[in-house]
Amino acid sequence: MSVLGQALAVARKDLLLGWRGRTRTLAVALFGMVTLVLFSFAVAADGEVGVSAAAGFLIVALLLSSILALEESFRLEAEDRAIEGLLLLPVDPVAIYYGKAVANTLLLVLLGPILLFLTAIFFSLQLDGANLAGLAVLWFLAAAGIAAPGTLYASMTSRLTGRDVILPLLLFPLTLPILMTGVRSFDLILRGDAMSQLKGWILLLTAFDLVYWILCGALFSRTLEE
Amino acid sequence: MGILLLLVGSYMGLFVAPPERHMGEVQRIMYVHVPTAWVGLLCATLAMVFAVAYLWTSNSKWDDRLVGALEVSFLLGGLLLVQGMLWGRVTWGIWWTWDVRLTTSLIMFLLFAGILALRAFVEEPLRRATWSSVATIVAYVDVPLVYFCVKWFRSLHQVQSSPETVHSSMVVPLRVNSFAMLFIAIWLIAWRARVESKSRGEERPPTRRQVEGEGNV
Repeated sequence: MSVLGQALAVARKDLLLGWRGRTRTLAVALFGMVTLVLFSFAVAADGEVGVSAAAGFLIVALLLSSILALEESFRLEAEDRAIEGLLLLPVDPVAIYYGKAVANTLLLVLLGPILLFLTAIFFSLQLDGANLAGLAVLWFLAAAGIAAPGTLYASMTSRLTGRDVILPLLLFPLTLPILMTGVRSFDLILRGDAMSQLKGWILLLTAFDLVYWILCGALFSRTLEE
Repeated sequence: MGILLLLVGSYMGLFVAPPERHMGEVQRIMYVHVPTAWVGLLCATLAMVFAVAYLWTSNSKWDDRLVGALEVSFLLGGLLLVQGMLWGRVTWGIWWTWDVRLTTSLIMFLLFAGILALRAFVEEPLRRATWSSVATIVAYVDVPLVYFCVKWFRSLHQVQSSPETVHSSMVVPLRVNSFAMLFIAIWLIAWRARVESKSRGEERPPTRRQVEGEGNV
């Protein structure tokens, strides 16, 4: 089986596990929703300010929810040392990384419609076909940008007693470029792009994604060595 | 030697160099602030080099140096933020703004704090060395991304001066202090590496010869 085939098999396995343990997957979505509710109470933002703040709240809700999703993706591997069973199979570690990163990206992408729907209600966003397509692309890129380093770090921290503390400590500062480009792009999509800046921000976000996916994929196999 | 140079450079910066035309006496913080930034960045680069060297060779001496470079970068990063905030309060009238260099310095400080926290949680030495090397490489690559990303937002920080635009009486203390900081940083890294090497030696299980020797007593 090629590395691509192996990666797809790992992704399929993770998504299947996510589906079978859907109560936990739903808990991640609920957590994101609660975060959004808290933000809307914490910051009284209406009108134009509200639209601008909504962009930030959406990405931060994604980032906070991603911690739960990433921890969950390696919790099962760490329990009963299942990861060692996976490594005993003739599977390339690169395929394990990309398979898990793809599965994590898809799980975070699934949060998009739920969180966006809630944000649109709370902050009176005007959504139509054109800006929904832009938001979908952006959400995918932001989710991929968080999932790539998140998968690498979760593979390490899942085997630690203090994983709940260490994963956000490592991941949150690292994903600041994703947060900034994501927030600015969301803002441009929702409030209009008078200066044609959106393309530049999307390209920047894509470039960040590429850097994380290549770098983290190259380093992942070293984190599995005992 | 580093401390001596720091004393000489600081004396020159405080008493020999003239005050800056617009900022006045507060500009003198530059004589420690700029060397802290330069040497801090150099130590972060050294940490990256040590991390790559460890992953390449798996020799624990690189991990000893890595922990030294990480801790010194973290220390200098903290000092840099405090100095910058003191200067910003007087010059800009605010303690903090989300300026490109301030934000990048803060994120770098937090990234290195995260790696040091990771090290504290991993008990097994080989795993600790590998994981912190991996995290250091990812964090170091992330720093320019943060820099350019924040730069796209409007920056408040002044454009840095160069020796051509600054009077020589200001350049000399700056250079003396930079070398002073560099010597102190290298000494601290070497000292920390030695401590790490010795503490790792204590963690290591006793050799067969040691066990047999104890049995004969």
